[in-house]
Amino acid sequence: MSAIALAMPGAARRARAIQEPAWVRWSLITLALAFLTLFLFVPLVSVFYEALRRGVEVYFAAIVEADALSAIKLTLITAAIAVPLNLVFGLAAAWAIAKFEFRGKNLLITLIDLPFSVSPVISGLIYVLIFGLQGWLGPWLAEHDIKIIFAAPGIVLATIFITVPFVARELIPLMQAQGTEEEEAAVVLGASGWQTFFRVTLPNIKWGLLYGAILCNARAMGEFGAVSVVSGHIRGLTNTMPLHVEILYNEYNFAAAFAVASLLALLALVTLALKTLVESRTVQEKKERADEHRDT
Amino acid sequence: MSIEIRNLSKQFGTFAALRDVSLEVQSGELLALLGPSGSGKTTLLRVIAGLELPDTGQVLFHGEDSTDQHARDRRVGFVFQHYALFRHMTIFENVAFGLRVRPKNVRPREVQIRERVLELLKLVQLDWLADRYPHQLSGGQRQRIALARALAVEPKMLLLDEPFGALDAKVRKELRSWLRRLHDDMHITSVFVTHDQEEALEVADRVVVMNEGRVEQIGTPDEVYERPASPFVYEFLGHVNLFHGRVHRGRAWIGDIEVEAPEHAEAEEQEAVAYVRPHDIEIERVAGSDAALRARVSHVLSIGPSVRLELILEGGGQRAPIQAEISKDRFRELKLVQGDSVFIRPRRFELFPNRIH
Repeated sequence: MSAIALAMPGAARRARAIQEPAWVRWSLITLALAFLTLFLFVPLVSVFYEALRRGVEVYFAAIVEADALSAIKLTLITAAIAVPLNLVFGLAAAWAIAKFEFRGKNLLITLIDLPFSVSPVISGLIYVLIFGLQGWLGPWLAEHDIKIIFAAPGIVLATIFITVPFVARELIPLMQAQGTEEEEAAVVLGASGWQTFFRVTLPNIKWGLLYGAILCNARAMGEFGAVSVVSGHIRGLTNTMPLHVEILYNEYNFAAAFAVASLLALLALVTLALKTLVESRTVQEKKERADEHRDT
Repeated sequence: MSIEIRNLSKQFGTFAALRDVSLEVQSGELLALLGPSGSGKTTLLRVIAGLELPDTGQVLFHGEDSTDQHARDRRVGFVFQHYALFRHMTIFENVAFGLRVRPKNVRPREVQIRERVLELLKLVQLDWLADRYPHQLSGGQRQRIALARALAVEPKMLLLDEPFGALDAKVRKELRSWLRRLHDDMHITSVFVTHDQEEALEVADRVVVMNEGRVEQIGTPDEVYERPASPFVYEFLGHVNLFHGRVHRGRAWIGDIEVEAPEHAEAEEQEAVAYVRPHDIEIERVAGSDAALRARVSHVLSIGPSVRLELILEGGGQRAPIQAEISKDRFRELKLVQGDSVFIRPRRFELFPNRIH
């Protein structure tokens, strides 16, 4: 008892010695909370409030309406193509960058970051310039009756381009930190290339990979700018959910617009929850890794 | 299995890691590759394992050229400095890995794998850790698991890269003698890399001293310590004092001390440096019949059973202070204190002519 009684004031004193005064702490916390409420929480709540203001029936009617359903379908298809492709590409690129030395490595890293640094509208325009009727490949495509721009393929292409960095960006630092020793150990023990990949490399990066995939998926479903340029906004055909929201809003159909928007907001919330979950796993793994190196 | 290295060279960009290295590891021998960092010892080990390809030269296993053989087919056990255990696998699965990845037709049955893994875990005295994960183990335990994992595939040779480099002094000493005993029991051809001369001299049958990608000397621990082939080996294996002098037709002079130097019979008035270990310096309070050098005690440091003295030669000519090591008994006998004048004489030394310092 006396030991505790003695230790407590000591700890409190130490804490006070490195802390700001109470009023500074509280005003900083209040400021941060006010900012969050004003710019994040209120808009988010208003989306759901606006969506449900005219009642649940109107809400569901807006969602099961044919054009909305087709927009949801197109969004899901786009994500279903873009995410796996970028998983494979991101994994391959990260593997190459983290585990091998080659010429043009820095160029590859820069290229992977390109979609982040270029405005999405420009990303969309690039595809119009290449595949559009007046574009480089336009006449040839028209001749063979292949439609890319103002059709689903264009939307998928633009989405893939926009979401390239997510998986690779997530994996490169992770794989660089892990180094190549475990793979070397596996090879010396007689493992083939595929065995090494599936038994050693992949399990080590699975949480980072999942994290990248979640972010990639969120962006693939939510992308507006690039998709807007290549889509052509054909209702029931080339509208994704974000584009559908815009059309409804422009038509003053607020309830329906917010109903579809609420789905996207819901997606964001689910993404956030998943992200937190996966993050706690990656943090734990990082801790384990730190443990491993502590006495080395 | 014997290993033969013929004229290996390896370049990383502009850095020459290995320059024309040749050596032989006899079957069942425990060989140490000793050298400072950047001396090429780890590169040499990785070339033997097949993890690195040499630019030129050959690696022969049992007389057979294996230079182009893939690492996975070489049947080597490799122990990494930082263990490289598979972090997401239990200790059991780590050790079982080499058996599980075998092609189906030569893969042991599950029962056999179990038996073999437990047997190896017993060998490294860690069978009670089978269900743990690597991060739950201490460094010393991890290194022993890494060794068990390497042994699981019944390797034809064992290669260890600074196996104890990451461990603290006490664990390192324990594991060192444990490795020696293990090797004596199994007689597997082993090569280990170290920058710790004490470790190499204590554990190995033979020591290869490397410097700047070249082999400086190969020999038993006694040979390399007692008869270093080059100034580098002398300086690398423990502390050494340099006395500047000259040689002329088979005789050498260090200050007033004149000695025979028959191996330098053809030298004509050449500058020379005598290399003397601290414990090979004799100290007297009064000048005896033999010629000696006068010095002043500048520093006294008592370490365990011996006393280390720093001495400054009188009359200059010597840049760094001389380090001498004497027993505590001898120190008491001499009753030395800082500032005393003494006479010193190298008991044993090696002369290397013409080396500029």
